Amino acid sequence: MASGIKDKVAILGMGCSNFGERWNNNAEDLMVEAFTEALGDAGIDKSQIDAAWLGTAIEEQHVGKSAVPLSMALRLPNIPVSRVENYCASGTEAFRGAVYAVASGACDIALALGVEKLKDTGYGGLPQRNRGSVNDLFWANASAPGSFAQLATAYRAKHGIDAGDLKRAMAHISIKSHENGSRNPKAHLRNRITEDQVMNAPMVAEPLGLYDCCGVSDGSACAIVTTPEIARSLGKTDLITVKALQLSASNGLEAQHNSWDGSYFVTTRAAAKRAYHEAGITNPRDQVSMFEVHDCFSVTELVTMEDLFISPEGGAVKDVMDGFYDADGRVPCQIDGGLKCFGHPIGASGLRMIYEMYLQMNGRAGERQRQDDPSIGMTHNLGGFPHQNVCALTIVGREGV
Amino acid sequence: MDLGILATGGYIPRSRLQRAEIARAHAWFNPGLKGLAKGERAVANWDEDSVTMAVEAARDCLTDMDRDAFAGVWMASTSFPFQDRQNAGIVADALHLKRGLMTLDLASSQRAGTSGLSVALQTAAGSDGAILLTASEKRPTKAAGPLEMTTGDGAAAVLVGRGNVIARFLGGHTEAVDFVDHFRGEEGSYDYNWEERWVRDEGYMKIVPDAVNAVLAKAGVGAKDVDHFCFPAAARRVAGMLARKIGLPETSVADNLQAVCGETGAAHPVVMLAHAIERAQPGEKILITGFGQGCDALVFEATGALADRPAGTGVTGHLERRREDSNYNRFLALNNLMTMEQGIRAEVDKQTGLSTHYRNKDMAQAMIGGECTSCGTLQFPKSNICVNPNCGAVGTQEDHPFADKVARLNSFTADRLTFTPDPPAYYGMVQFEEGGRLMCDFADIDPDAELAVGMPMRMMFRVKDYDRKRGFRRYFWKATPVGSQKAKKG
Repeated sequence: MASGIKDKVAILGMGCSNFGERWNNNAEDLMVEAFTEALGDAGIDKSQIDAAWLGTAIEEQHVGKSAVPLSMALRLPNIPVSRVENYCASGTEAFRGAVYAVASGACDIALALGVEKLKDTGYGGLPQRNRGSVNDLFWANASAPGSFAQLATAYRAKHGIDAGDLKRAMAHISIKSHENGSRNPKAHLRNRITEDQVMNAPMVAEPLGLYDCCGVSDGSACAIVTTPEIARSLGKTDLITVKALQLSASNGLEAQHNSWDGSYFVTTRAAAKRAYHEAGITNPRDQVSMFEVHDCFSVTELVTMEDLFISPEGGAVKDVMDGFYDADGRVPCQIDGGLKCFGHPIGASGLRMIYEMYLQMNGRAGERQRQDDPSIGMTHNLGGFPHQNVCALTIVGREGV
Repeated sequence: MDLGILATGGYIPRSRLQRAEIARAHAWFNPGLKGLAKGERAVANWDEDSVTMAVEAARDCLTDMDRDAFAGVWMASTSFPFQDRQNAGIVADALHLKRGLMTLDLASSQRAGTSGLSVALQTAAGSDGAILLTASEKRPTKAAGPLEMTTGDGAAAVLVGRGNVIARFLGGHTEAVDFVDHFRGEEGSYDYNWEERWVRDEGYMKIVPDAVNAVLAKAGVGAKDVDHFCFPAAARRVAGMLARKIGLPETSVADNLQAVCGETGAAHPVVMLAHAIERAQPGEKILITGFGQGCDALVFEATGALADRPAGTGVTGHLERRREDSNYNRFLALNNLMTMEQGIRAEVDKQTGLSTHYRNKDMAQAMIGGECTSCGTLQFPKSNICVNPNCGAVGTQEDHPFADKVARLNSFTADRLTFTPDPPAYYGMVQFEEGGRLMCDFADIDPDAELAVGMPMRMMFRVKDYDRKRGFRRYFWKATPVGSQKAKKG
């Protein structure tokens, strides 16, 4: 049995650009913005970085292919740089590369950076694009909201939940994230919204209305990781270490085998079990201090809280309505505003989630700082569609917890 | 063994545009249209063309038939989607027929359907296998013209051969006359028509009687013994005038479906034949005519085998499978008579790699998936490794056809973000009762009718994507609620 990643790698520094409609900035500007903050936070010189990973998904729309865009933007000294892509989970994929490199001993210090410049595509949502020459022959003409909306129909059918009740719980999720986003100076959307606004918003893909969908943004986020020993030798105390890194990719069961009912994520459940095991967590509802999950759509967040084994199956509606996941609830979810309001520059999102955990555990989250001394944070970064996806989970926490 | 018709099928698209709405829209421009503003016309959906309608008519015709015994699949139309790519070949491929058969397109005249039928009978007379003749039409018409009012979209299919025929072939005759009542030239997208009164007096009334009298003489059938006279032209009064002139019983004049469908061009004589056979009693004589640069006339006699034919949906059933549509703007948009601002999502390049297409043709055109011979799991598409998590056998899958299987709705949405010519885009996961599933587009969804998890769905052959830049289109199968399909009998 593998020993896992727990406490083998510490976060030395992190950075995150402002997310939003960055009309006046190129992807290069966003990368430098996030990196400059992370480098300053780490307190090292650029020359101390041994290797780097770039996460970006729709690269043809901004930076182009390969690792060169990162290496050029940061003027890295000809070190190994890899570009990784795994749908919307590309940011976590970059983090995984850097963390594993340090854990293996191949690097002392590694960099993970995610970036996406979506607002030059001309689209309101994610750009429409081809899915591969064979897939295009038969795949449904689906958009992201249309694919995720189907979670709602299947979830309702399975648990016998009234359409209005589910829609209200979904609305609460979005209202909560807007509330949280309003306290985050780097967030894309900082306005508060009401239930009436959500319930009466134009329909995008039934039953998802405008406020059930996250924003698409420009942005970049960055992490510099090293071993706990090196971090201490650089003068760092109260280390935040990586407790678990898990990834699960669909193998076609959901899309092709009738054992899946469409109401949950097969991958998230598989990855969550492994992540808790890796981190030594036996009762996640009590042991995890906070979550950042992939709330691309309100209903995604709702079912994800069951797939992460926090709410009981069919019980997320009640937890959501009880305020369990609110900023002042038992286990806050999306305390930074989430994809919904912090924004969703695809390649950056996974790292942005970890960034919030890092700030909260260091007591640097400003107005939205949790006062109960959070010690374990979990991020959930999902790419693809409910019936065909990749799910990347990260658990970070205080060293020794 | 008798020579004749072994089976018939029909297909009329679901949407029925109210003619009063067309006339109302054009009252300022052509108030004369009001005279034609009764009833409704069948309108093909944005993802239907003459090929997809021919496939649906053929599937209807082949209900419970052995598909391995055919000698040919032919398609008659004047509105083929491809000028140089055999359209009948697409029909045969969608039906997943063997390669060893004669596929053939019959074109260029409103007589294409009846001439095709005539030649199919001659060919089948000397052949071991039957000929499946499809006739289908989606005729382009200009806005505010009479043809927009009187035409409709639709298709029919007849299986012609020797055997236990439901209608025995008694004889056929063709008068070839280059009488140009209308034409559509190489450079033109629409028909050009000459004066209706001249067409009636010098065309219909002079050419049709010659053809009919000749065929009745050949067949040894008296004019007064004809029970069903199928004359496809839109004006009903002309059929009655012809019947009187020829001596056909007044009661024999068949409904030309003008009120409920419209004239389906080259397909219409075959649509009317299928419709007549659906209602015929054994022993009744059916006379069909096709008019266009002359006239074809064919005579059939219904047989006792009619009672043994399994019930497809037929022309009658498809006429009942209707949804009233009063949105003339949509008709204009879907028929490219109006330039719509489609938005940036319509700009995605839909190029098809022809090599990719050919390699995956069974999957994409015939909806062939896989059946694992190790564990029995059905799956779509067919793959190298079985998807059953408890199996995973490699290289065990055999071809399994899904097109005619019933599925249940597993999840769905109505998407207003993705581009479709007729929003919202309905799609979702359908799960076949015997195994296998796919996330696919839906067809002909009624926005007023509720979709529900668990409801039965059937597959229809449709256009998946149009590649406007290159003039190509690719086809695939879409799911539609079973309830929208009614059987023609009981």
